[in-house]
Amino acid sequence: MTAGAEVSAPSTDLPKARRDWAPLAVVPALMLVALPLFGDMSAWVTLTLAGLAMGMMIFLMASGLTLVFGLMDVINFGHGVFISLGAYASLLVLGPLAGWGQANSPALNIALLVLCILAAMLVTGAVGVFFERIIVRPVYGSHLKQILVTMGGLIVAEQAIHAIWGASPITVAVPETLRGAFVVGDIAMERYRVAAVAIGLVVFAAMQLVLNRSRIGLLIRAGVENAEMVEALGYRIRRLFVGVFVAGSALAGLGGVMWGFYRQSLTPGMGMDVMVLVFIVIIIGGLGSIGGCFVGSILVALVANYVGFLAPKLALVSNIAVMALVLVWRPEGLFPVGRS
Amino acid sequence: MIHLLSGDPPRSGVLAAILALVLVGLAGAPFLFPGSQPLGTAANVCIFIVLVASYDLLLGYTGIVSFAHTMFFGIGGYGVAIALTRLGPTWGAVGVGVAVALVLSAVLAAAIGLISLRVRAIFFSMITLAVASAMAVLASQLSDVTGGEDGLSFQLPPSLRPAFRVLSEPIFGVTVNGRVLAYYLVFFVSLVVFLLLLRVVNSPFGRVLQAIRENEFRAEALGYRVVAYRTAASVISALGATVAGALLALWLRYNGPNTTLSFTIMVDVLLMVVIGGMGTMYGAVIGAALFVIAQSYLQTLMGAASTALAGVPLLPTLVHPDRWLMWLGFLFVISVYVFPGGIVGRLRKSA
Repeated sequence: MTAGAEVSAPSTDLPKARRDWAPLAVVPALMLVALPLFGDMSAWVTLTLAGLAMGMMIFLMASGLTLVFGLMDVINFGHGVFISLGAYASLLVLGPLAGWGQANSPALNIALLVLCILAAMLVTGAVGVFFERIIVRPVYGSHLKQILVTMGGLIVAEQAIHAIWGASPITVAVPETLRGAFVVGDIAMERYRVAAVAIGLVVFAAMQLVLNRSRIGLLIRAGVENAEMVEALGYRIRRLFVGVFVAGSALAGLGGVMWGFYRQSLTPGMGMDVMVLVFIVIIIGGLGSIGGCFVGSILVALVANYVGFLAPKLALVSNIAVMALVLVWRPEGLFPVGRS
Repeated sequence: MIHLLSGDPPRSGVLAAILALVLVGLAGAPFLFPGSQPLGTAANVCIFIVLVASYDLLLGYTGIVSFAHTMFFGIGGYGVAIALTRLGPTWGAVGVGVAVALVLSAVLAAAIGLISLRVRAIFFSMITLAVASAMAVLASQLSDVTGGEDGLSFQLPPSLRPAFRVLSEPIFGVTVNGRVLAYYLVFFVSLVVFLLLLRVVNSPFGRVLQAIRENEFRAEALGYRVVAYRTAASVISALGATVAGALLALWLRYNGPNTTLSFTIMVDVLLMVVIGGMGTMYGAVIGAALFVIAQSYLQTLMGAASTALAGVPLLPTLVHPDRWLMWLGFLFVISVYVFPGGIVGRLRKSA
């Protein structure tokens, strides 16, 4: 409680905001605390690496949502459908180019994954434009209506996926190169998870660069602080909004592709299922904070993996427990975004 | 009469007529619509009126969106189901089950409210979604207690069984057996809970909730503890849902994850509130009645239409019974935009 009060006080020291290290220390602390519980080093390393990879995938899916909330103050409960849509959109590539995935050529395999991701981002981005205009635009400013209307959009879009691709699960095969695992000593790392970590890190770095080092990012951050002022200075904040929403949708699509390959089967409700984790992550991270989303994803995935190994029945409840603990510590999440 | 309605009459002639029709229809259901399917539909309508009205207290009057309403619905259902399975088919077991379920729901709702409503109401929506889905998974995993995916079937107290005869002679050609008695139990409990909810929203407490919905900061500035009021509303709403769940379990003699806990039911409840009219209570009656009847009969109609249109491209898929949710989704989005007051708001405006 006391820590929360101290943090939520607005920091006035300009120009450089104080780095908030405490939440960052939580992740390594958790890893260290978990270590003695295993007693077995290789199991711990394997699970930690698996957790990191899963965290990256959750981050990919969650980042778009928190970005959109941060800038536009819009909470999109229909975000999950973009995850499903992205995963299904990869079928557009996987169908005609199935041979590339089975070919014994790393170049073709990777190219296939990249094409899948591009197709998914293209489709989800395009649907995002549509979704923003039809569903979200009329309800700016009212959270209640946003939740209701985006839920409605979610139902319709999920049903559309049902109508187009059918309700039964579709299996997808991971490209040949990404199957199996790297084995170092008695530690096994699934190749696909390594790829997921790589993509997650690239996306995180790219987002940080764009947000902190580019003109667009400057405008977005300014828009988060005070949208009216940005508009008064002559920038079209609306166009920025649409751009961010599309980017958020495309990121969900990217996350959906990775998640779909990871699960190796697609169902129309897969996005909505994972949304539970996504919501937990962005609440833990602090609504609107990209860095918080990153830390939150890893935290949740690590806890889920550790608990899943030590006490499988508690796995899903453990996420809720983590969330409750974080909120008791910091009521606005690990990295509160300065806006009420 | 006005006193019974807590001074909140329908305020529209057409609405009053429809409500009276629903009331008469439900009150006389065993005699007006004999047969087990129509009676089941009527019981469902009663139960959903309670479920939706208690949700309206939260969504329409307090202005916060919960996705855990079906969790409390499920707790009520499992409370009765587990108690009757473990303790045997007695009224005492029903009482114990309902009491334990009510306490559990109240504690859970208060805990969720206090953790999530402190900062932003928007946290509440996401946290309830997360908690509710965790509970649904938990319920299907703890199969020793809850029967897992299969759920629990159980025996009712003897006086609610079909073999039990209340009157030796049939009235209006209908045998008054335990089933009819069970229906009237559902009906009267639903009626009482609905009137209680109407009482709550029209009490000073309900006015504060509406003030918070309209302007949170002003209500806080006037000295009302917003968190406390919102949490209290969430607890009352959870209790309503718990009662509805207990009634459903009693009526079906069964409770499982798909009858009370599934997310589909949560979506249905949202649709019923929005289409009926948020923040009106009567909207719950209209929404639930329309929706349940449509669900029972319209899907058959859509199936027939789909078969009839078999030769036409695309149309059969669009009117296929499986697409029923899609059309509801459209209706839902349109009603949020165009008729924020739902059917009740519309009727009141034209009155």
